[in-house]
Amino acid sequence: MSIRFDKLGVVIAAIVAYAALAAPFATFRANRIVPGQARPILEALPPTLGILLLAIVIAAAIVALLRTPLILRLAASLAALIALAVLIGVAGGFLTPAGNTFARVAPASGFWLLIFAFTLLLADVLTRLNLSPWSRVGVLVLAALAIAVLLVSGSWDSLSILKEYGSRVDSFWAEASKHVSLALGSLAGAVIVGIPLGILCHRVEKLRAGVLNVLNIIQTIPSIALFGLLIAPLGWVAVHVPGAAAVGIRGIGTAPAFVALFLYSLLPVVANTVVGLAGVPRAANDAARGVGMTDRQRLFDVEFPLAFPVILTGIRIVLVQNIGLATIAALIGGGGFGVFVFQGVGQTAMDLVLLGALPTVALAFAAAIILDAVIEMTATKRRVVETA
Amino acid sequence: MKAWLPALLRLAVLALLVVFITSPGWFEPLLKPLTENGAPAIYNQGSLLTLTLQHLRTVLVATVAATIVAVALAILVTRPAGAEFLPLSRSLVNIGQTFPPVAVLALAVPAVGFGEKPTLIALFLYGLLPIFENALTALTTLPGNVMEAARGAGMTGWQRLMKVELPLSAPVILGGIRLSVVISLATATIGSTVAAKTLGEVIIAGLISNNLAFVLQGGLIVAALAVLIYDGLSAIERYAARRMGQGAE
Repeated sequence: MSIRFDKLGVVIAAIVAYAALAAPFATFRANRIVPGQARPILEALPPTLGILLLAIVIAAAIVALLRTPLILRLAASLAALIALAVLIGVAGGFLTPAGNTFARVAPASGFWLLIFAFTLLLADVLTRLNLSPWSRVGVLVLAALAIAVLLVSGSWDSLSILKEYGSRVDSFWAEASKHVSLALGSLAGAVIVGIPLGILCHRVEKLRAGVLNVLNIIQTIPSIALFGLLIAPLGWVAVHVPGAAAVGIRGIGTAPAFVALFLYSLLPVVANTVVGLAGVPRAANDAARGVGMTDRQRLFDVEFPLAFPVILTGIRIVLVQNIGLATIAALIGGGGFGVFVFQGVGQTAMDLVLLGALPTVALAFAAAIILDAVIEMTATKRRVVETA
Repeated sequence: MKAWLPALLRLAVLALLVVFITSPGWFEPLLKPLTENGAPAIYNQGSLLTLTLQHLRTVLVATVAATIVAVALAILVTRPAGAEFLPLSRSLVNIGQTFPPVAVLALAVPAVGFGEKPTLIALFLYGLLPIFENALTALTTLPGNVMEAARGAGMTGWQRLMKVELPLSAPVILGGIRLSVVISLATATIGSTVAAKTLGEVIIAGLISNNLAFVLQGGLIVAALAVLIYDGLSAIERYAARRMGQGAE
């Protein structure tokens, strides 16, 4: 029997070979903004651990390269990812001279490429396993727990991104809560306004084109401009409407960011509500009318439940988009993780950029997985009801 | 009579846009009330025309690159040889869409430095997804009888791809390109936070100096460009669909 290669495995093995043998594993810098010196795996780690990591990574790449059972591929990708995650922390401690608080050690391109390659392998395995919605959320929770354990245990404390975090603990959590409340708050606003507006557009055909056109045009205004344009009207409201300033409406800061995100969120919610309601089978509506349901009963008991998965898809788009867009709020003093991103860009301190960017990506990613699972569950439930 | 109204409206927007970016001075009295303390009402740190052209060039380069790569990838994973990558590519596209553009932009800076390059990378990556998704949908949902007929007529795989599959998929792929261009036009403005020469420069200058007139003119130029390009591409799409006998209307 000849040896058979897995096609994706060839790609993964090529990336791993380059990343492990040619690219730097970690970067050492004398302080946070000077250019760094690259260190390959064997120089970044104590000799035994360096060889151990190389062995694990190469073994996992061989498992990926050959046509192997899924369970073995799963084990290989997990082993490699865990080894990388733990040992990058060890590299941080190993490379930092004792007692030196200015030195910074950051993961370098080789590390990120290895993470990418084995995440690719893991993603492939998980896709092929065809997990149920619940188990996908379970995998997400396990991954979050693993990262939390590594963070709490302090094994990453010697890495530069956590040193940036260490000097900003309070502001990090303040910006985090601002970011989440901006994204979720504007979503809630868009759902409360958007769904009734969508129902109205569905019922009153004359309104539909007009409302959707206006919302479409709002989407074309670049986010930084929309944020800026709202400063003036909200500033005016704060001065002239009694009580507005007291509830936190001001020209700059959170208020214009909130309104801008809300306006961007409306289109997906309204459009998906209209599409969802339009997709309700005529037979269902006729049957509902036949059994003597009033308009209101028909809406809440028939149309809305049937349109729900489509509306939920709109909500998913909005939430993921808002988590990303909320970073821009920092430009107008609205806070959020964007504060660190733009500060980092300004100081050319990339660890600070990562401190803002990584949590944003993680949040958006988690939101997408959770909502996808919920959408799938509501959609299958509907199908079960239909076939029953 | 009524059918002419939208076309007339678009023509008016186009004319207004061209006049505004070539001789913005004429509009100074309109924008003056938005400024304070005698600040300039028209962007004065560079020509709006040059910035608009640079903005369009950045979007064009990124979109062309994204189209080539996305369509090539979609073709690859829908051939028998690349079929193994199909499920994975679907999940990757899903994951990719969760990356916020600001994060991509900021993370590209350490790799390629400030300026136009990180913007191009962010626009390229962000533009890939809608095009790839649409190309994949189009290529995997081709009518089976047409494909059968092509095979029966003795066409080779290459002939089928060039003469049947791609022309039939063109309208849907164009839809992806249109989506990607509109997203890119707006996202390119964020590129100015890492020193790319785009219309975002005007908006950011306005935000920094608290000059609402700058923010408004930058935002409106980008929005007008997006609306016009969106409509133009929709028209091309309808034309392609008619040629394929699918009749969009």
